[in-house]
Amino acid sequence: MIKRLFIFIMLALMATIFFNLASNYEENRSLSKLGRYYVEKGPQEIGAPNLVTAVVVTYRGLDTLGEVTVLFISAAGVGLLLRRSRRKQDDEQINGEQQEENIVASKPASEIVETATQLLLPMIILFGIYVFMNGHLSPGGGFQGGAIIASGTMFLLLALPESHLSRLMIAITESLSGFSYVVVGVLGVILAGGFLDNRFMDLGTYGDLFSAGAIPLIYTFVGLKVGFELSAVLDRFRQEDSESESA
Amino acid sequence: MNMLTDFPVSLIVLCSGFVLILIGLWGMLTQQNMIRIIIGFSLMDTGIHMVMVSIGYVTGGTAPIINDAVPVNEAVNLVVDPVPSALVLTAIVIGLGVTAVMLSFAVRLHKAHKTLKIDEFTESRW
Repeated sequence: MIKRLFIFIMLALMATIFFNLASNYEENRSLSKLGRYYVEKGPQEIGAPNLVTAVVVTYRGLDTLGEVTVLFISAAGVGLLLRRSRRKQDDEQINGEQQEENIVASKPASEIVETATQLLLPMIILFGIYVFMNGHLSPGGGFQGGAIIASGTMFLLLALPESHLSRLMIAITESLSGFSYVVVGVLGVILAGGFLDNRFMDLGTYGDLFSAGAIPLIYTFVGLKVGFELSAVLDRFRQEDSESESA
Repeated sequence: MNMLTDFPVSLIVLCSGFVLILIGLWGMLTQQNMIRIIIGFSLMDTGIHMVMVSIGYVTGGTAPIINDAVPVNEAVNLVVDPVPSALVLTAIVIGLGVTAVMLSFAVRLHKAHKTLKIDEFTESRW
């Protein structure tokens, strides 16, 4: 009871803060100084029509590297947590047999879903590649494209639960793209103005697919890394699920 | 028309964001089921993203992407602030990573204790 009271008081206080913030809110009439700088100088300096990409990949590129690292660590954490519990489950297998019997084996996907997967999967992956290759021109980018590729993997795992994803292939692709991302960043230090500077490659024609220096390259690596990382996470959860059912 | 200019769109997004933060906090603090706590976290996360996006909004602005509709020379007067958008992009990815780790914790705890109720774990609290 006292706990609920505290929760209520805390939420009421938070609501008061938010109400004050919202009632004093005034919509911006113009850009902030930093935003103005990015919008004015971005197209010439970076050569990317998508200014969010210019900020994410180049001006604040180090943050994005950190973001990729956080995602990598969380994928590794998921792997660690779910792997350990599997080992533990082997020990419990004998004790838990009676409980396991009650779990009904999952129903295989219908033929429509399977056929649709075979038809749509290449297109989903192609769309993911399109999104991260065009990250500097249109809405989208490495993370979004990677998420689309991972959704393709999810689709595959749902429709064909027996399909096997090669852990080694995923690990190699992921590590290589992460490594190449850092190498591209270091090339920026050597050949251009600083870490993750995209101008060591020719800026090209403004608005072309292969323009904006190293941004398409960086976003390709980010897209591959994120896509394979999320696929690995999904695969971990899937294996966890199938093992608890078959054990 | 006057009504519309008095009540800007970004204020609606801002208020919805605040409401989502409160709902998420309430869910995280009161719910027993771990999955519901994680859902509460996701709601709060989304609310914070909405607040951040609405702060970057500039009246009448459009997405900060240069094209035929937004020529380079006039872009400064036509687009919203790209910095909060970039921050939210980062925040979404971090939120995804945190959610994945929380879910795998939930899976592991469920394996160990065969329950998702958070109150059952009092012995392993500290």
